[in-house]
Amino acid sequence: MKIHEYQAKEILAQYGVPVPRGSMVTRIGDVRSAATALGGKVVVKAQIHAGGRGKGRLVDDADKTAAMYRRLESNPRKNEGAVKGDRVGGVRLANSPQRATAEARKILGRYLVTHQTGPEGKKVQRLLIEEQLAIADEYYAAILIDAALGQAVLIVSSEGGQAIEEVAAKNPKAIVRLPIDPEEGLPPYKARAFAKQVLKMPHATILQAGALFSGLYKAFVETDATMIEINPFVITAQNRIIAADAKVTFDDNADFRQPHQALRDKSEEDAMDIIAEESGIGSYIKLEGNIGCMVNGAGLAMATLDTIVQSGGAPANFLDIGTVNQVERVVEALRIINMDKDVKAILVNIFGGMARVDIIAEGVILGVKQLRLKQPIVLRLNGSNLEEGLALLDASGMEFITADDLGQAARKAVAAAAGN
Amino acid sequence: MSILVNKGTRVMVQGLGTEGQNQIVRSLAYETTVVAGVHPSFRGGDKFRGFPVFDTVSEAVRRRKPNCSIIFVPAPGAADAILENIDAEIPLIICITEGVPVHDMVAVRSALGQSKSRLIGPNCPGVITPAAKTRVGIMPPAVFKSGRVGVVSRSGTLVYEAVDQLTRAGLGQSTCVGVGGDPVIGTSQVEVLEMFNNDRGTDAVVLIGEIGGTAEQASAAYIKRHMKKPVVAFVAGASAPPGRRMGHAGAIIEGASGTAAAKIKALSDAGAVISRSPARIGATMLRTMREKKLVPNQHHLARDA
Repeated sequence: MKIHEYQAKEILAQYGVPVPRGSMVTRIGDVRSAATALGGKVVVKAQIHAGGRGKGRLVDDADKTAAMYRRLESNPRKNEGAVKGDRVGGVRLANSPQRATAEARKILGRYLVTHQTGPEGKKVQRLLIEEQLAIADEYYAAILIDAALGQAVLIVSSEGGQAIEEVAAKNPKAIVRLPIDPEEGLPPYKARAFAKQVLKMPHATILQAGALFSGLYKAFVETDATMIEINPFVITAQNRIIAADAKVTFDDNADFRQPHQALRDKSEEDAMDIIAEESGIGSYIKLEGNIGCMVNGAGLAMATLDTIVQSGGAPANFLDIGTVNQVERVVEALRIINMDKDVKAILVNIFGGMARVDIIAEGVILGVKQLRLKQPIVLRLNGSNLEEGLALLDASGMEFITADDLGQAARKAVAAAAGN
Repeated sequence: MSILVNKGTRVMVQGLGTEGQNQIVRSLAYETTVVAGVHPSFRGGDKFRGFPVFDTVSEAVRRRKPNCSIIFVPAPGAADAILENIDAEIPLIICITEGVPVHDMVAVRSALGQSKSRLIGPNCPGVITPAAKTRVGIMPPAVFKSGRVGVVSRSGTLVYEAVDQLTRAGLGQSTCVGVGGDPVIGTSQVEVLEMFNNDRGTDAVVLIGEIGGTAEQASAAYIKRHMKKPVVAFVAGASAPPGRRMGHAGAIIEGASGTAAAKIKALSDAGAVISRSPARIGATMLRTMREKKLVPNQHHLARDA
């Protein structure tokens, strides 16, 4: 789960990470007092769950976002500032409360499109009003799990304030990694030694750098984060270290012991993701084709899409039903697939291990009745309780197209979707 | 011959909830040796289907001498269960549980580092050796057949898919291993490849990868330098849109190395035979084994060969 920058900063501040003074507003009318309280010179920052805000483009309505995204993707440099009035993106400087209000008007309620938002962009519904910083130097810091190592890694670069992927491509030596032994953690003294000896940070900042890295790691572990990214953390003209930006992503698997749901902003998430989650289905992703897919297991679901494409068809969705042993969930999955009006045929590919074929069969029979499904349904069923499942299908008297293996199932689904 | 589990495997099942019970009953029906259960404050009494059920792993170890455990404990307690097994020095721990927090797995990996235990999983279908009738997992037994092809996969259901194709092609399996779909797992693809490479009962290996991470590149490096046996590889997710997570926490396309194309190229360059279609894994293996004279040329596609 992702959270907003202002929420991330509130959490990190509790772990001793220095952040700029600021406050979040949702109404234009509140910008002036927020800016005044910070002394008038502020940064107005759009709060959306995507990076690249500073170089993003603002669009008035949702219809124009896709076109803007394509231009941003095809030639980012040429299209920077290509549209009048859109030069500055979602992060703007203002030197007075009046200016702050004017800048806020350019952002709030509009759609921000960045290389990370996708073609639909994100509607800006919250702004963070922050004090301006006198920046002398910019660094990048992140903590994430190195899967192969099985440990957390602190990643720091002296080239902050730009996309880390570009730094990695152009100047990989500017990126330093520190694997962290979970039993030792990252005590401040180790973090200071890293800042001094490896990063060669200035003498006046070592104490603060130690507190910063140590605090980030503590927050990472205690909040069950999968990633914390600070791009940039800055050294001010007064030699103060401050996290100027913050991104935190939490591990959904740890929800049972964390209060993160309270921070969730569902308006930032894909509507279909939320429907799938509420239906108890593993995951659903809408695609562009016309063959609806219901599969158990992420790997088999991906392989099913691959086979459909290789057979000349186009899948309408990815759907991993997960380890379902409830009939109702199968019906829900079919309901979600059927919400997509492009679906001309449905391919059910189930290889039961923990999931049971008879329950899937029962769910499909019930789903066809309840949802009055008209599309042809190709069933490829195998694995646990196969005989019981086939008996149910026989007894139902319904018409299904059956397939004996994956290749045949894909070919039959492609033919069915084409009306053959 | 086989890897990880064989006729001498004495299974202890931990977590006798509904799924744990269902699955261990199937393993018993497959003639797997199950010697003990562990379920603190188990309500079903001190026995389940003929084997004793204990409150703690250490009691089970003392009384029943298991050498392998299978864990069905729900995610909030799964890491604790793994640590209990490590502490009791169980040589092979297989964790089926899905949804274990990644920070818990970091702690587990650290504990495994100095231990006598190996962990398979979590979020995996387990391990099966058909010749020994030893099923320490959740896979459907009917599609498996004893033979000389090893299978290693990140995805559970793709193990079944690949095995079904192998069996229909008349190619039995030595051992099949699902290493798990999570980012942090106990045993990597490469480690399993190495075991198959050293196993006299395995002539060839099916490797099933998927988008995300760098495990397939590590496997490619191993294949290039050390692998003496043919490897047929399939990588799932070639048609996946970039940037979207497709179910497995591990399957996020990150940078160029996470794509199916990059993984397929690495494996192909290393000498693995690529099955571009997931529906052709069995046929590709049959062709490859014929070319290497590992099966006779008249060996034909037969369902119940």
